[in-house]
Amino acid sequence: MKISYYPGCTLKLKAKNLELAALASLQALGIDVEEMDRWNCCGAVYSLTDDDLIHHIGPVRNLVRAKERGADKLVTLCSMCYNTLARANQLMKTDTVKRDTINRFMDDEIDYFGEVEVIHYLTLLEEQVGWDKIKEKVTAPLTDLKVAPYYGCTLQRPQDVGIEPMGSFRLMTGLLEAIGATVVPFNSADKCCGSYQVINAPAGDNDAAANVINAAASAGIEALATSCPLCEYNLGKQQDQFMAKGKITANVPTFYFTQLLAMALGVNPEVCHFELNDMKAVQLLEAKKFQVAA
Amino acid sequence: MCEITKQPEIKVATGDRAILPEGAKTIPIFVMGKKYDVPETLTIMKAMEFAGFKFLRGAGCRGGICGACPTVFRMAGDYKLHFGLACQTVVEANMYLAQIPFFPANRASYNIEEMSAAADAIHALYPEIFRCVACNLCTKACPMEVKVMDYIAALKQGQIDKAARISFDCIQCGLCASRCMGEIPQYHVAQLARRIFGKFIQPRFEHLVSRVKEIESGKYDQMLDELTKMDHETLKKKYVEREREPDLSSLGAWKPKETQYL
Repeated sequence: MKISYYPGCTLKLKAKNLELAALASLQALGIDVEEMDRWNCCGAVYSLTDDDLIHHIGPVRNLVRAKERGADKLVTLCSMCYNTLARANQLMKTDTVKRDTINRFMDDEIDYFGEVEVIHYLTLLEEQVGWDKIKEKVTAPLTDLKVAPYYGCTLQRPQDVGIEPMGSFRLMTGLLEAIGATVVPFNSADKCCGSYQVINAPAGDNDAAANVINAAASAGIEALATSCPLCEYNLGKQQDQFMAKGKITANVPTFYFTQLLAMALGVNPEVCHFELNDMKAVQLLEAKKFQVAA
Repeated sequence: MCEITKQPEIKVATGDRAILPEGAKTIPIFVMGKKYDVPETLTIMKAMEFAGFKFLRGAGCRGGICGACPTVFRMAGDYKLHFGLACQTVVEANMYLAQIPFFPANRASYNIEEMSAAADAIHALYPEIFRCVACNLCTKACPMEVKVMDYIAALKQGQIDKAARISFDCIQCGLCASRCMGEIPQYHVAQLARRIFGKFIQPRFEHLVSRVKEIESGKYDQMLDELTKMDHETLKKKYVEREREPDLSSLGAWKPKETQYL
């Protein structure tokens, strides 16, 4: 079976810490994925306008590229890329009229009928490695770190493309427990982080994100694990402003779940690029005596 | 069995004017909607000149490299648009065409000395690249077969080196921008990417620096003096008799017999 890897634009720029930690972890686990040689923006947000097919061209073109390379599966990391690609794939599988229109418009490409399966990195880990085997490979368990999976909106919605059903956080919980962390459930793991509101709202005005941090803090959570660069930005990088405006009273640093995985697998910490996280995240790891520098 | 008859030899018009080959057939083409009968085998540019058009602008090198003569055309009865350079594309019967010598695409101004290898500056100067929906009409329009959409995608990902390499053959004709629903001036963005690549990313060639130093130190002055003082005949003889590396010799295998200049 051939698995193609779709990185997504943000992972090459602002969220290198999400990607590089993920790829190093796969290497440590002996899983081989191949980055697509040609890929474009996933489309970022799946268009819900019924007759707006042009905004599906971006994600479908990536699926075509994966098919061209003979991939059975396309694995992604970023929650938003996953959502957009998986939904476009669903459209190409099920809506034959729109599929034909899209295929006709893309007359420079081979026809696509939804042959490639879009999966998230977490699903790949469970299917190809399994939590038990990951546990065996852990060399630096995250003992005594109280962490909660934060799924945000796009990993589970809508149900037919979600990585698992609403209300269940089985995949990331399984992974975090396998790497030795203490998983603390809380009631806001699938609440919205405020998403793109941050573009128009002044810094520190994003109540949605502040609410999630408060809920985590009162549950005794020390760190949040996410797979979405926008969630990471809204939750992790605004806490000073929230504090200044009195919206939160305690910090809850955010990490990409891949950084925690890589750390536990004993990957060189430089690969995790903790400098791209908020300083609070680095301080927490140092206080817990985890290795954050080579 | 079919009988092979001798094909009439087609003389191709060359030179900078339309030369009508003897016995050439004429074919109808439509320039800006008006019909003209022009000799076959001519390029679009020469056919238009044959028809009486005079290029004051929109023509440059006439060699397919300056990007001044982009043309859009369509064949009668087909909806498909085609793109080419007027100085390179040969006319076909029932071709509907128009020249797009200039496209008013946005070009940002910047001081290259203040740029860096980071993509953020490109994103700030050309935020419109994020309007790309991957429709690929830019690539379809490129007369140089550059994968335009792919280099825009690379720049969105911050991969300036990749964009510089993909866009290397761009001749700045602007046809990509003319087709873009996102109003992206692809060719200007690519030029900026190549400039940044050349200045901040591509490794400096150290042997070039040392060679320039040698030249400046006067190492070659005497040889040059000898040559400039030589009479025409001796110079000509020296040139004809010069040692030359064989065309297909493998890298580093050939050494000249005369080594005093090495």
